[in-house]
Amino acid sequence: MSRVFIDGLGAVSPAGWGVAALRDSLENHVPLPVCPLARPGWEKPLFVRPVPPPPARPAFFAHPRLRRANAITQFTIAAALEALGETVSLVQSGAVRLGIIVCVMAGSVNYSRRFYEEVIKDPATASPLIFPETVFNASASHLAAFLGSNSMGYTLVGDDGTFLQGIALAAQWLADDTVDACLVIGAEETDWLVADAIRLFHPNVVHSAGAGAILLKKNSGAIAELATVTDSFPFTQFQTRAAAARRMRAQLPPDAKSELLCTSTQQLPRLDAAESQAWRDWPGVRVSPRAILGEAFQAATAWQCVAACDGIRHNKFAGANVSVVGANQQAIGARFLKPVF
Amino acid sequence: MLFPPPKISGSANANRVVVTGAGIFTALGSGWKTNADGFRAGRTAFRPVTLFDVSRQRSKIAAEADLPAELPALKLSRNNIRRLNRASKMLLQAAREAWSQAGWSAEENLPVVLGTTSGEMSLGENYLQQAVRFPRAKNRQPTRVVHYQIQRQGIDLCNAFGFHGPVMIISNACASGANAIGHAFELVRSGRAGKVLAGGYDALCQLTFAGFDSLQALSPTICRPFDATRDGLTLGEGAAILTLETFEHARKRNAEILGEITGYGTATDTHHLTQPHPEGNAALAAMTAACASARITPEKIGYVNAHGTATPQNDATETAALNRWAGEHAKKLPVSSTKSSIGHLLGGAGAAEAVVCLMALRGQWLPPQTTLNEIDPACRFQIVREPVDANIEMALSNSFGFGGANASLIFRRWA
Repeated sequence: MSRVFIDGLGAVSPAGWGVAALRDSLENHVPLPVCPLARPGWEKPLFVRPVPPPPARPAFFAHPRLRRANAITQFTIAAALEALGETVSLVQSGAVRLGIIVCVMAGSVNYSRRFYEEVIKDPATASPLIFPETVFNASASHLAAFLGSNSMGYTLVGDDGTFLQGIALAAQWLADDTVDACLVIGAEETDWLVADAIRLFHPNVVHSAGAGAILLKKNSGAIAELATVTDSFPFTQFQTRAAAARRMRAQLPPDAKSELLCTSTQQLPRLDAAESQAWRDWPGVRVSPRAILGEAFQAATAWQCVAACDGIRHNKFAGANVSVVGANQQAIGARFLKPVF
Repeated sequence: MLFPPPKISGSANANRVVVTGAGIFTALGSGWKTNADGFRAGRTAFRPVTLFDVSRQRSKIAAEADLPAELPALKLSRNNIRRLNRASKMLLQAAREAWSQAGWSAEENLPVVLGTTSGEMSLGENYLQQAVRFPRAKNRQPTRVVHYQIQRQGIDLCNAFGFHGPVMIISNACASGANAIGHAFELVRSGRAGKVLAGGYDALCQLTFAGFDSLQALSPTICRPFDATRDGLTLGEGAAILTLETFEHARKRNAEILGEITGYGTATDTHHLTQPHPEGNAALAAMTAACASARITPEKIGYVNAHGTATPQNDATETAALNRWAGEHAKKLPVSSTKSSIGHLLGGAGAAEAVVCLMALRGQWLPPQTTLNEIDPACRFQIVREPVDANIEMALSNSFGFGGANASLIFRRWA
């Protein structure tokens, strides 16, 4: 079996544009401040953690395909380019076949809401420029066009855990020699519609946005080695959330003091109960990006993986475990280790 | 574990992948027989849209399906059934047929791979309408949020048949259904899974209808793929599900085999978000990759179920790609687009058209396009215009979508 390595990381988050900003915010252990977001029909705003403007306008904004691109696409491409690093030129020259897997849950909700609001007013005048951008795979398409990549590309839709399914899929494509390298990206954007919807399930969930990207390669890579992606344990009428979380946890190391645990908890006891219970005996260091950055579904899981691999890269941990007990689909986990050749 | 995968016995990609169950639900009706009769006769299922107001749209027809009053017997609770919406009901209808035909029983770790573009979008529409018109009203909103989400339909499948397994949903626009079956095929062929439930679905909804209408992609007349005077696509709705397993597994349990999947190819077209490259480079690459995957040359293909949306650009591109891919063989190659019967099922299209290929291979007939008036002279291949019997061993199905998602599948007759 081929070994699979992590060779690049990228992130856009409420902490800023880049992995360094993500790292700093997680090391501070202080939840980032929230910002008001107008909710039509309400006097009081909703509160979210949006992505701040980039320090300088990224050059890729000027690409013809990206002039109308929405926030989720901008986050996707920025995280992807950071993860690719110097591999970008190899992809653009055709020397590297790059697989692209983009994972979303809410997806392109800004344009979808705007377009449907136009339809409600008068479908005959709804904008043909907006509609194509509402399609789930628009961000993946723009990224492929920007890179000139004709290789395999999937957009996966699901709850927070789907990003880890995407990593397993990337490993499959690498093992089957379908691609030479594979980007897995989780991305979401903020919108009042989503912030309004998640409040229905817990009043203190803070909606946020951004993207995280990891670049996987076969048999070589500098940052970390992919050791495990657990089975996906779905929440069904035959398997509770707690049971799914326990089974996921059982497939990761029972006791690894030198390793990091990166959870999907949000410091909201009712929502966190299944995951907290599953990991109650963990002896090592823990970090919970959602508690600091907010709930950004697939992007938040991508931040978990980026943080896990970044900790290994900087020799803080010999290994790192990612645990996701998702919104409404599955419990799933992953383990990364320091590469040894 | 998803990674590392289970140890693969024998050589990788050595497993033959067979289809032991197929379920289909379209505007032609429910089930294999009804649909096979309809496709074989080239019946059309278009009618005025009744699900939402289309009075301000250019196009006013679609292939709208009639849902049965009751779902077949499933393991879902009464509350669960009460909350199911249109797309879920169609998906469960198709899945029930495939599941029964395959004779599968509930078990652990059965993967589900689904393709869709919008899932239960109509619930999302209802959510937004209420959120805007009655900002303080919460009634029914949590249920809409939960059941709108695409992963919920995958979980409903697990609940309906009583199994657990990873649910993967691929949303590659109109290629989603083909990608789902193709991914399932790769899981079984490589030995990563012994069995997979796979397919695609999409229901009509106002957002999508208005979206295609805004692009002037909908036909104001009727869907006529590869016609010289074609003027756009007609939307449809439905679902199709296949049960895939290794030949060895099917043989051991004496399962009836409906056909074999032998090839899958994909490619990304980076030309434009909605317009394919005029020469069909990515479509050609997908068909070529599918042939390589099946280890055959285009001459072995006896029928192509084209993507054939009937938009001027899509058909021109696919025509160019088919002409290049088939070469001299094009003159003898029968091609048809069954979107002329059931419309464009978007994320369900690739799955429904996979079932059509299995029907054609099993019955040894070709599905005609009866709406065709005048063949586009650019077509070097043979458009099937009349119901006809045929002697075909292999069929190829094309699915091309927004964002440049291109996928081709190859099926072989099981005799």
